[in-house]
Amino acid sequence: MDYQVSNKAKLWTTAAMVIGVLFTGIGIIAASGDGHLGQKFLGNLLSNSFFFFSIAISALFFLALQYATESGWYVYIKRVLEAITGFLPMGSGLLVITFLSLTFTNGSHIYMWMDPEVMNEGGSHYDALSAGKGAYLNTPFFWIRTVAYLAIYYIMWKGFMKRSLEMDNNPDLAEQLHFKNYRRGALFLVFFAIFSSTSSWDWIMSIDIHWFSTLFGWYVFAGSWTSAMVVTIILLLYLKKLGYLPKVNESHIHDIGKWVFATSFLWAYLWFSQYMLIWYANIPEETTYYLMRIEHYKILYFGMFIINFAFPMLLLMSRDAKRHAGILTFVGLVILAGHWLDVWIMVMGGSMGPTASIGFMEIGMAVLFCGLFVRVILLKLSQSPLVSKNHPFLDESLHHEI
Amino acid sequence: MGSNVVFYAMYNDDDVLKDGAKKLVAKGVKVADVFSPFPIHGLDPIIGLKETRLGIMAFIYGLTGLVLALIGMRYMMVTDWPMNIGGKPNFSFLENMLAFVPITFELTVLFAAHAMAITYFLVNKTIPGMPAENPDPRTTDDRFVMELRLSDNSKFSEKELEEMLMETGIVELDQKHIK
Repeated sequence: MDYQVSNKAKLWTTAAMVIGVLFTGIGIIAASGDGHLGQKFLGNLLSNSFFFFSIAISALFFLALQYATESGWYVYIKRVLEAITGFLPMGSGLLVITFLSLTFTNGSHIYMWMDPEVMNEGGSHYDALSAGKGAYLNTPFFWIRTVAYLAIYYIMWKGFMKRSLEMDNNPDLAEQLHFKNYRRGALFLVFFAIFSSTSSWDWIMSIDIHWFSTLFGWYVFAGSWTSAMVVTIILLLYLKKLGYLPKVNESHIHDIGKWVFATSFLWAYLWFSQYMLIWYANIPEETTYYLMRIEHYKILYFGMFIINFAFPMLLLMSRDAKRHAGILTFVGLVILAGHWLDVWIMVMGGSMGPTASIGFMEIGMAVLFCGLFVRVILLKLSQSPLVSKNHPFLDESLHHEI
Repeated sequence: MGSNVVFYAMYNDDDVLKDGAKKLVAKGVKVADVFSPFPIHGLDPIIGLKETRLGIMAFIYGLTGLVLALIGMRYMMVTDWPMNIGGKPNFSFLENMLAFVPITFELTVLFAAHAMAITYFLVNKTIPGMPAENPDPRTTDDRFVMELRLSDNSKFSEKELEEMLMETGIVELDQKHIK
């Protein structure tokens, strides 16, 4: 049975987008008085497009991981993962729009290195430390890297999607395509291992230009992986509730529940590893990042950590909880909001510093992007058969039992 | 209580045993236990084994380790002799909490892992040096044994049970009379 986007889903996503636009409008009017409007708007645009793009790319990473490890359990729900990666072109487009706006308007209010006065000797607020990073952090090279990441992601995504449909239509080629996916999956992991780190440095870490952390890329990636797993489980439970995918059994749900649990721990572990070492060493150039977050966003920052760590740890620890649709949905939605907040503090804490706050514009843009994201992945889901055929491991997936 | 008969039905394939157990249980036979060199996937619900409570114990052991680590470090590093390490606030437990997290984590894992292993051995009565309980040493190598007790299956006669077992593809059948 193929999936059709229900009228209810269409209504809700449209409503979310309308409410989002409305709230953003109110936010823009409310912020038009102070001089931070452009910075506030672009900061939110960056944090939201990065957050939802990163979910799509992490879903693609997860798919590539299944290919490269020749896993069998996921085959029956493969199209759900593919649907989430369907936001990739839109997410890349939104990121490109954000970076174009930053390049051609007041980008220096988000990326300080875009300001020639900071980077060139003799500038009005020349900063030697920032200028020292000029060989890497300059607009042309930034664009070369961004285009390279997005182009390679897009080309590989296109290949995975094409081969997935090809396998449906050509049973004879299934084995050959499977091994091609296996090799391409491994290749994607190699690219992603490097790009996930460097793109986080370029797009997010360079906002706090004086600060650096090698762990940052993994930390951002772990957060987006968790979000991708949460979106997968919620979408799967939603489809199952509507009566699609009848052969998704408790073991499939349990497995993805375990992924939510495990990636939450990975994220918390990396968050803590980064934080504790910097706290212990107490070197001024390293503590700047945390000083800003702790002095001005104490409740949001530590609250976000507790939500993203303690919630999944305590509520998803037992086996029964990882099979319970209600608990999974509740915990999933809460930590999804927590990870959105994580990305928001990364971007806004660095760019706007103490003047940022959660208001109409922040909520409006998050709701707008969320509506768009859900609509795009549901549309993508309706465009291909809901279950892939001819995959060599399909039978294994149907009888998955743990 | 009269004498009780215990049947030990031996199989050389775990799938055959599983299918046999399914058929027997469907006929109303109660399987007392299965001895196997490795865990047989999906067998527990068929023969009606209770779900293990080892996970709950692991949580309690972990919690013990966590609390002990925190109490111990609070006493050693803050109360008894405030340690000055890199100028960190050494009279406050909460402000030093971050430095204690790795050791707290280690002790949680240590307690959970060791106590769980010991509990496992105790519950299974397999502490080193204890007499072996399995009916046949081959069940630690490549054979699988299903145990039935006549007292559990009072609605069947000895003969009936034996016949039913024979149909399930066993390779050997052993009977033992115990008091």
